[in-house]
Amino acid sequence: MHELSVCQAMLAQVEAIAKREQASRVERIVVRIGPLSGVVPELLRQAFTIARAGSVAAEAELDTELQQVRIRCRQCGAECAASSNRMICCECGDFRTQLISGDELLLASVELIRE
Amino acid sequence: MCDTCGCNITEGNRHLVEEGGKHAHSEDGSVAVEVLQNLLSENDHQAAHNREHFDRHQLLAVNLMSSPGSGKTRLLETTIDRLKARYRIAVVEGDLETENDAERIREKGVEAVQITTGTACHLDAHMIHNALHRMDLDQVDILFIENVGNLVCPASFDLGQHLNITLLSVTEGDDKPSKYPVIFRAADLVLITKSDLLAVMDEFSPERAEQAVRQLAVEVPVTQTSAKSGEGFETWLDWLEEQIELQKARRSQGETRTPKLQPEGAKLHAGEG
Repeated sequence: MHELSVCQAMLAQVEAIAKREQASRVERIVVRIGPLSGVVPELLRQAFTIARAGSVAAEAELDTELQQVRIRCRQCGAECAASSNRMICCECGDFRTQLISGDELLLASVELIRE
Repeated sequence: MCDTCGCNITEGNRHLVEEGGKHAHSEDGSVAVEVLQNLLSENDHQAAHNREHFDRHQLLAVNLMSSPGSGKTRLLETTIDRLKARYRIAVVEGDLETENDAERIREKGVEAVQITTGTACHLDAHMIHNALHRMDLDQVDILFIENVGNLVCPASFDLGQHLNITLLSVTEGDDKPSKYPVIFRAADLVLITKSDLLAVMDEFSPERAEQAVRQLAVEVPVTQTSAKSGEGFETWLDWLEEQIELQKARRSQGETRTPKLQPEGAKLHAGEG
């Protein structure tokens, strides 16, 4: 349920960008979310339908681009796809790996209308 | 100056307005602005401010996260009993309602500020900032922040702390790290609590719990403790005192520390943004 807090933080950023760009409204918001960010895209979209009311993004669409969990092994150097709760190296099986992607919680872009 | 005929487009900014550029116009007249900013950057900004505040007061700030009822307050009570002769301790308590936990801490003779979040399932950096205004940090060596009991949401919000501790009580099941990977990946120390109950909780295997933590590519120590029997407490207190010394050493170099995951994440995403 912290998705509503995240959504409100996102809308505050979008409002600031719209003001800076002198836009009258926002048409589309694109966010990138990794499974290890702790945010569920579906819940963020639901929170958005509530939080956007009365904002510059009241009629905007929210696109959530889901990122994949990928790791790099610090022992053998292999890069592998992984899952949130199994992040061991796919080549040598070592657990000392580094996350390359999968924890993103990024506002990627916004599409604005200037009228 | 002119967005109509394109006379303001030069060789220097053409890439911005071409398709895929930062200020590209689509056919329907909308403008796409590339941002690539963390969604919680406002919280992170406040958290950095809190961290500077902690560093200025030469204290170590430790955030405790776990499910409700896994023994965070009890851990603090025993820790205070054992350390208060040597260190000045203060506690920020987070709960949806009641002053109960802060009162338990105050009974130990330690300052405690209770944050009641109402319905919010986590503490954020702004709530901590407000709580700090009610405390005298000059009198503190260690500040514990007891987050809202919740194994999901607190992991996403930086508070300005130097260290995260994730607790897992033996009554919860040894597969919790596999079920809630985000919060265990954020840990600088995993504490298996209520280990005095292992005698009757034969379905909980500390080895399996540690294995589940390692599967998350987490290398931090996994330690068993019982605040009731005192078992494993020396290991926990040794770790904590080592962290206090490490923080002092960092301060003397003008450095600080953010919990484990954030520097890694920020560094890897910097290439995109």
